Amino acid sequence: MRTLDDIGRELDALSTAEDNPELARTCLALGEEVLEHWVTARGAEPTHERREGFRLLALHRQGADKLPSFNACRETCRELAYHYNLLMQQPDHPDAAQRARMMVLVANHLYLFVRGKMEVEELGDFCCASRPIRERVDAKPPKQ
Amino acid sequence: MTDKKTKYQEVAYYPGCALEGGGHAYNRSTKALGKKLGLKLKEVDNWNCCGAMEVKNIDPKLQTYLSSRVMSIAANKMGMDTVMAPCNGCYHNLKKAEYDLANDPESVEVVERLSKKSGHDTYQAGQVETIHALDWVKETIGEEGLKERVKNSLKDMKIANYYGCMYTRPRHIFPEKDQGPGSESTSKPHFMDDLLEAAGAENVEFPLKTACCGGAHTLSDSDTSTKLVLNILQAAEASGAEVIATECPTCHSGLEMHQIRAEATLGVKTNVKIIYFTQLLGMALGLKPKQVGLHENVSDSFAFVKEKGLA
Repeated sequence: MRTLDDIGRELDALSTAEDNPELARTCLALGEEVLEHWVTARGAEPTHERREGFRLLALHRQGADKLPSFNACRETCRELAYHYNLLMQQPDHPDAAQRARMMVLVANHLYLFVRGKMEVEELGDFCCASRPIRERVDAKPPKQ
Repeated sequence: MTDKKTKYQEVAYYPGCALEGGGHAYNRSTKALGKKLGLKLKEVDNWNCCGAMEVKNIDPKLQTYLSSRVMSIAANKMGMDTVMAPCNGCYHNLKKAEYDLANDPESVEVVERLSKKSGHDTYQAGQVETIHALDWVKETIGEEGLKERVKNSLKDMKIANYYGCMYTRPRHIFPEKDQGPGSESTSKPHFMDDLLEAAGAENVEFPLKTACCGGAHTLSDSDTSTKLVLNILQAAEASGAEVIATECPTCHSGLEMHQIRAEATLGVKTNVKIIYFTQLLGMALGLKPKQVGLHENVSDSFAFVKEKGLA
């Protein structure tokens, strides 16, 4: 597995001038790799299952298990899958170049979110997830 | 007339703390828009903080109580059946309290105990309906009503609509959403798109409309927030947008502040304007920029709105 830094550099270097289906495959694979990092960091084996036809979505679900704040990137993952479908099914569509640009930015957002969460796990906990932080504080065993 | 159209003509208005501080432009523009549209806002008497993110994450049941007090005053003291909260955080918290009080006996017990101690009637689940400012305009005036009232069309204005996270997440506290045609979507919200399009704007395809901006980590982990916001700003510009329309004071401030910070710390300048949807609709209906508080925004959009014929 490449490092997150390497993935970030590859995302930066992606050229939307390349073949659209190839770009779509690359972005999707990078998204999966980012999520593999997250799942592995939580001590699990990244799934190879698919959800709605996408391993990306299965990985997201695995990563969000018992962690509602990870749903903050749920729609980002779904947008990535959506753009993949657009570019694979309509590679020559007049909007294909624009769709490719947007797919790279969506993949970058997933990378930035997961990267941020790897550094500060609570990212998202305070906002939409409504996770009470005291749960964990109170759950600590009393000092002997 | 639909039921909601009648029901929302007069609502209890819960501005919340942010709209009295950094988000005052949203407060001013919401009130001005309501007045222009002939809708009545009755501010909740002696309202308190909804519990925001700080209380909610330390003691969620105390947040449920704080939000329930606002709804109790609206229902039991003011006799209102609808509370309108323009702030996503307040809206989210009141919806969450409603859900908890309908589904969690422990929350009911805590709210009963604290309400008694505080000397006010206990809020009972279902006494009021909490709605967002988007629901309020959409249901009362609607797209057709807006089209009839537009004086300064937003034509030639390309807008990316940014809803943030708390307007749609977590999905279970918004049972009225995802109910098919006419209802709001939690995965691809569209109410703001619908209203601004009715005012003449061109909405761009924007895939990050509910993407995380770093939210509450904006101060504790500023670098991550700046990078996330910058990506949102760049995606908006890449999609052709001149403006990001917002419907939450926290999202709005986050986008504005990190736009500046991205330029200062990362050397990346973006030019997309950040304007509340209530400001855009107000100007489309003929209100002056100052009447909708454009001068209270951090980013300067005066030249832009003038160029678009709105000033």
